[in-house]
Amino acid sequence: MMMEAYRYADGTVGFPGHHLGPDGEEPVDTVDLSEFTATVVTWTTSTATPPGVREPNHLAIVEFDLEDASDVDQPPVRALGQLTTGDVETGDEVRPIYVEELREPGVGIKVTESQAWDGYRFEPV
Amino acid sequence: MERVAIIGASMTQFGQREEWIRDLLAEAGIAALQDAGVASDDVEHCYVANMSSGEFEGQGGIMNMLAHDLDLLPAYAQRVDQTSSSGGAGIYAAWQSVASGASEMTLLVGGEKMTHRTTGESTDIIASITHPEEYKHGVTLPSFAGMTARHYLERFDAPRESLGKVAVKNHKNGVDNPHAQFRKEVDLETVLESPIVADPLRLYDFCPITDGSAGLVFCPESVAKEYADEYAVVAGVAGATDTHVVHERPDPTVMNGVVESGEAAYEMSGHGPEDVDVAELHDMFTILEFLQMEGLGFADHGEAWKRVEAGETEKTGDMPINTSGGLKSKGHPLGASGVAQGVEIYEQLVGEAGPRQVDADVGLCCNVGGFGNCVITTIMEAPA
Repeated sequence: MMMEAYRYADGTVGFPGHHLGPDGEEPVDTVDLSEFTATVVTWTTSTATPPGVREPNHLAIVEFDLEDASDVDQPPVRALGQLTTGDVETGDEVRPIYVEELREPGVGIKVTESQAWDGYRFEPV
Repeated sequence: MERVAIIGASMTQFGQREEWIRDLLAEAGIAALQDAGVASDDVEHCYVANMSSGEFEGQGGIMNMLAHDLDLLPAYAQRVDQTSSSGGAGIYAAWQSVASGASEMTLLVGGEKMTHRTTGESTDIIASITHPEEYKHGVTLPSFAGMTARHYLERFDAPRESLGKVAVKNHKNGVDNPHAQFRKEVDLETVLESPIVADPLRLYDFCPITDGSAGLVFCPESVAKEYADEYAVVAGVAGATDTHVVHERPDPTVMNGVVESGEAAYEMSGHGPEDVDVAELHDMFTILEFLQMEGLGFADHGEAWKRVEAGETEKTGDMPINTSGGLKSKGHPLGASGVAQGVEIYEQLVGEAGPRQVDADVGLCCNVGGFGNCVITTIMEAPA
């Protein structure tokens, strides 16, 4: 599975993808973020979690610097996701680790088939 | 275009209520009409602000239900859903209905029934507004607040205590609000030692789960004078959106929906932040009071905490914020909250705020949906 970010015609990359990008146009390519490391921008540990979610739930916003993967200057790409541990600090470097089931499908309010339930957690490097 | 006035207001008791959404809406609707001295058959438009009566209670069609229960027929009725900012969006819709000339008398009622659900279920219903890429990670609105608060405190070197002081202030104000869910002061030590919910934020950094309803009555200013000596005028109202995916914002400490809706409301009203005498901000989480103060120009970016630390946002300060007790102690029945903000500003402007009264000619309310995903800012003024 890819951690699929979308590249737009103006060179910018965004995660997750949208039907139209910041340039108002459809995306032209994808970038697999799982091949890169990222830096923790901020994080939290949530102790009051909804049905089907692990407790506690460690979460972070991380930032991928894709400068080496692009021919044009572009701002870093951010993502949000679970952490493998709560033992992190802002600025730590992390890498994406694939997980088959991030929360239990069908337990919360969303229809099971309405979305994918696998994805990537972030593990400190 | 004639100016739009508010001539009546109501707010039910907020908290854990036995009544379901139908009766909560009716209670506030009747009280608002009575406060305005308006008969049912004078109402031409009826707006019901509500986020999730279907998900919470399995009840749809609530606008038609209220119109019939209050004998408003054949008034046009519409439900307004804009997540937590449904109430503010209801104010916008009610203003539009009168300003456009489509209605000479418009009733707005906002309400939500939530406490019969567990905390986890309510949290999940609210979290369902997030993007699937966020939802599958178990993201909740409180967890967004925790991450934002950490980033804010670290980046601006703000003391953790400054967030706690928002909670202390709003609980203190709520004591004087007879309809507030919590009418009990808390001290800073209690806030800072309460259980962690999404660190660095703790239980007292969050608003409660609440049942309740609130109402407002709108009409042209020329008609208002037939009904009331004292009324408020909607001088400016505007809405804006920000990214659905929260991490895609260029700066996690800036809610652009607040900035954009605020600027548009200021421009429409002819007022600036320096003119605002009292404000109701959407303190669903303590950190949101900082972000809205900064987005609306009440403080420079990264410096709202200094005004809080200096006591300037207290009821007796230069910039009173959340004299009602805010969502923090008043409670947060999603669809009702934005309407109740309007009720507080209306009561402040017409001099009916009792022990909460401050000296105010211009008031502002900022109602935030999602984690800043959609925002309505409303500016009211006393008539010249």
